[in-house]
Amino acid sequence: MKYLAKDQSKCIQCGQCEEVCSTTYFKTKDKFKSCIQINEVESKPEINVCSQCGECIDICPVQAITRDKLGVVRINKKICVGCLMCVGFCPEVAMRQHDEYLEPFKCIACGLCAKSCPQKAISVEVYQEALAEN
Amino acid sequence: MDINKLKEGRKLLKEFKYDLGSIEKGYTNRTLYVNISENKIESKEVTPLMKEKFIGGKGFGLYTLWHGTTPSTKWNDPENEIVISGGPVCGITQYPGAGKSLVCSISPMTDIPIDSNVGGYFGPYLKFSGWDALEVQGKAENDIVVFIDGDNGVVRIEEAPLEAVDSHVIAEQLTEMYAENEADKRNISVISAGTAAEHSRMGLLNFSFYDVRRKVQRFKQAGRGGIGTVFRDKKIKAIIIKFSNVKGDLNNAVDKAIINKAGLKLHKEMHYLDDKQNRMRQVGTAYSQEIMSAYDLLPVMNFQYGGHEDVKKISPDVFKNNYLTQGMADGCWYGCSMACAKTADGFELLTGPYKGQKVTVDGAEYETLAGCGSNCGIFDPRAILEINFYCDTYGIDTISYGTSMAFVMECYERKIINKEFTGGLELKFGNFEDSIEVLHQMSRGEGFGLILGQGVHRMKKIFAEKCGADPDFLFDIGMEQKGLEYSEYVSKESLAQQGGFGLTNKGPQHDEAWIIFMDMVNNQIPTFEDKAEALYYFPMFRTWFGLYGLCKLPWNDVTPANNKFTSEPAKIPEHVQNYLDVVYGVTGKKLNTTEMVRESERVYNFQRIFNIRLGKGLRANDKIPYRSAGPVTKEEYEARQERFDGQLKEILNYDVEGKTTEEKMAVLRKHRESQYEKLIDAVYKRRGWNSNGVPTIERLKDLGMDLPELIEVVKDMQ
Repeated sequence: MKYLAKDQSKCIQCGQCEEVCSTTYFKTKDKFKSCIQINEVESKPEINVCSQCGECIDICPVQAITRDKLGVVRINKKICVGCLMCVGFCPEVAMRQHDEYLEPFKCIACGLCAKSCPQKAISVEVYQEALAEN
Repeated sequence: MDINKLKEGRKLLKEFKYDLGSIEKGYTNRTLYVNISENKIESKEVTPLMKEKFIGGKGFGLYTLWHGTTPSTKWNDPENEIVISGGPVCGITQYPGAGKSLVCSISPMTDIPIDSNVGGYFGPYLKFSGWDALEVQGKAENDIVVFIDGDNGVVRIEEAPLEAVDSHVIAEQLTEMYAENEADKRNISVISAGTAAEHSRMGLLNFSFYDVRRKVQRFKQAGRGGIGTVFRDKKIKAIIIKFSNVKGDLNNAVDKAIINKAGLKLHKEMHYLDDKQNRMRQVGTAYSQEIMSAYDLLPVMNFQYGGHEDVKKISPDVFKNNYLTQGMADGCWYGCSMACAKTADGFELLTGPYKGQKVTVDGAEYETLAGCGSNCGIFDPRAILEINFYCDTYGIDTISYGTSMAFVMECYERKIINKEFTGGLELKFGNFEDSIEVLHQMSRGEGFGLILGQGVHRMKKIFAEKCGADPDFLFDIGMEQKGLEYSEYVSKESLAQQGGFGLTNKGPQHDEAWIIFMDMVNNQIPTFEDKAEALYYFPMFRTWFGLYGLCKLPWNDVTPANNKFTSEPAKIPEHVQNYLDVVYGVTGKKLNTTEMVRESERVYNFQRIFNIRLGKGLRANDKIPYRSAGPVTKEEYEARQERFDGQLKEILNYDVEGKTTEEKMAVLRKHRESQYEKLIDAVYKRRGWNSNGVPTIERLKDLGMDLPELIEVVKDMQ
C-alpha cells in the first residue's frame, strides 16, 4: 500500500508541501485546498494527511471511493454525490472539502510534496503487509 | 423474469413531453398533474401563495388535495388524489435526512386527509426531474404504470398487465426494465404497493432506493393511513422515476457553505457520538425498544402492559448479532450518516408464496418490532422479520397490522371471537403461524384476512354486531382513534403522550407528537403547563420537517455533547439552528424559531379545517380509547397495583384500604379522563382553537390563514 509517511519531528512548518499540493491540483496557493495540511498542536508541528486506511470506502453511499492497485484510496468524482460523509467520518480528519467544490479531495500519495520538502519530513512509502492483504 | 415479455404486454395510453426546466433555491415552481381516468397529463404552476403559506411537502400535498377534492369526496372516488411532494430542502446531499417525500390522500381508514412521510430516492428524483409535486387523480380501467423520465423530459401512462404486484418483485422487474446497466440502477426509484393493499384498508406505498452494495432495490414506506389501498384502487401498479447524474448542487442553493458546515457538524456528531448514544448506525430505530421496556412503555399484548420478561429475546442486540448486516452505508437518501435503514440479508422465508426464497428484509424498525412483536406477544426475532417482510412486499402498514392483530388476539383470548369466526385460526397472543396466515389471507383476499384488513375501527363494529360483543368494552381496548391504529407506545402514564396521540390531525401517529420520551424517560416536561405547551410546540415543530422534505430522526436521535447544558435540552437548540441555517442555505429565507413554528401552524390549522370540511376534526373526534390512558381491566390494574394505588393515595387522597379493584379502577378512570379533558382545554386554547377544537377566525387572521375557503368552513362554528 502506497502512502505518505511522515516524521513530524523534522517539520519546520514552512508550508512548501501545502503550496505544491494546492498548486498542482487546484492551480492556486491555498492551504485549504491542499490535501496535506500542516497544523500546530501544543506548540508542535502536526502533519495531517491521509493514511490510506480506507475507512471512507465503506462510508460512501455510492461506492465512489475505491482502493487502486497500488493501494491508494481514490475518489471517483464522476460518481460522487458530494454528501461529505467521508469527510465527517475520516479517522485522521484528513479527507478534505472546500466550499468552492462539490466533491471532497484527498492525498493520493503522488509524492510531489515529498520531493519539495526541504527537511525530508515526508516521503512516499509502501506498506507491504497491507498491500498483500488488498 | 423475462423483461421483453413484460414489455410486450404494455400499451401506451398517453405520452407527455416537457422541458426539464430549472431548480431555483430548492423549487422547480411547477407541479405535475396526471389524470389516469382521462389519460391527461399537464404542468401546473406553483403560485407565490403556495410557497409563502404552504412551503412544500405536506403543505403542497394538502393544498393540492383540498383543491382537487370536495367536501363529499370519499377515499375510493376517482377524484381522490395521491399527492407526493418533497419540499424545498429535499434532495440536498450534505445534511442527513434530506430525502423525504410527503404523501397525502383521503384515507380509507379515517376518511380524512392522511399524510405519510417516506424516504427513498423518489422525492429527490421528482424534483430533479423538474417537479415540486406529483398529483395523481382518477382511476384507470386496467392496471397501469406511470413512468417519469427525468433525463429526457417524458411522462408516460402505460397499461401494464403482466407485471407483478408485490413490491419486492415488481421493483426488481421495473428496475431491470428501465436501467441500462447495473450502474444505472441507482438512478431508478419505484413506488409500488402489494397484493394485500388490494384487499384491505391499511395498504402502504413502498418507495425504493437501489442499494449498490447488496445489488437490490430496498424500500422505505409511506406506511400510515392506507395510501397503498388508494393506489391499488386506482389500478396503479407502480410509478417509476428515472434521473441520472445526481450531484450535490442540484437545488441551486443560495449558500452552499452554510449547508456544508451544518452537514459536516452532524456527520461528526454521528461519527463520534452515535456509538455512545443511540447506536442508530448499528441497530436503527430498534434501539429504543429496550428503553421503552425498561420504562414500562413498550406495548405488550394489545397495550395491556408496558414490558415483558421475554423482551430480551427480541432486543436490538439479538437482531444486530444474528441478522442485521453491519458496516454498510444504510441511509435511505445520500448523505444520511444516521443510516438507520438496517437490513437482514439472505433471510430465508418459511411461509407463504415466497417460502424458501432468500430475501433482503428492511427492518425491523422500532414500530414493527413493537407492533408485530411484543404487542402481539411474539418474542421471536425470526418471526418478526418474516412478518416485516410480508407486510412490506404485500403493501401493508406494520403499525396498523400489528395493532389490529393485537386487538384480535385480545378479543380471541377473552372469547369475544372464536375459532369458528376466525376460520379455524387460533389467534392467541404469540401464535406466529396462525397470525401470519391471516397476512397471507389478506394478500389472497380471503377468510379472516378480509376482516383484519378493515382495521380496528371497523372490526369493533363487526365484532359487536356479529359476535355480540360489548361495544363499550371494545371501544376501551381497541387502540384506534379517528379510524387509525395507534402507533406503538403505551401512553397510560404519560398524559402528554395521551394528548400527543389524541390531539393529532391524522390520527394517533407518533410523528406528529412523539413526546413520550421527553416526558417519561428524560422528565423534561414535568408540570401540566409544560405538557400543554409541549403539545403546542412539538406538533408544530415536527410538522415543519414535512414541509421541507426533512427527516426528524437526525434532529433528536443524536444530540450534541453539550445539549443537556443548554436552556431547552428537549428542543435540541443547536440542531434547530442547523435547520434554520440549512433552510437559509437552500432558499435564502432567514427564519427564526418563532417564524419556523408559524410556518407549520399555518399548515397545521389548514389540515385541521380540512378534517372539519370532511366531517371530523372536532372535540368529539379527539376522544381516546381508555386503554391509552389507564387500566381497562382488572388484570392491568393488578399488574401495576402498587403504582395505581399509590397515585390514588397521593394525588386524590383516596383511601384504598378495603376497596375492591373495580372500585379503585373507577376512581382512577374518572380522574384520568378528567385530566385528559383538562389537557384538551389547555391545548386547544394554546393552539388558538375554541372549546370544540375549531380554529378561531382571530387565530387564522393572526397567522395570515384567513383564506376564503377556510373561513367558509369555520365561520358558523365559532
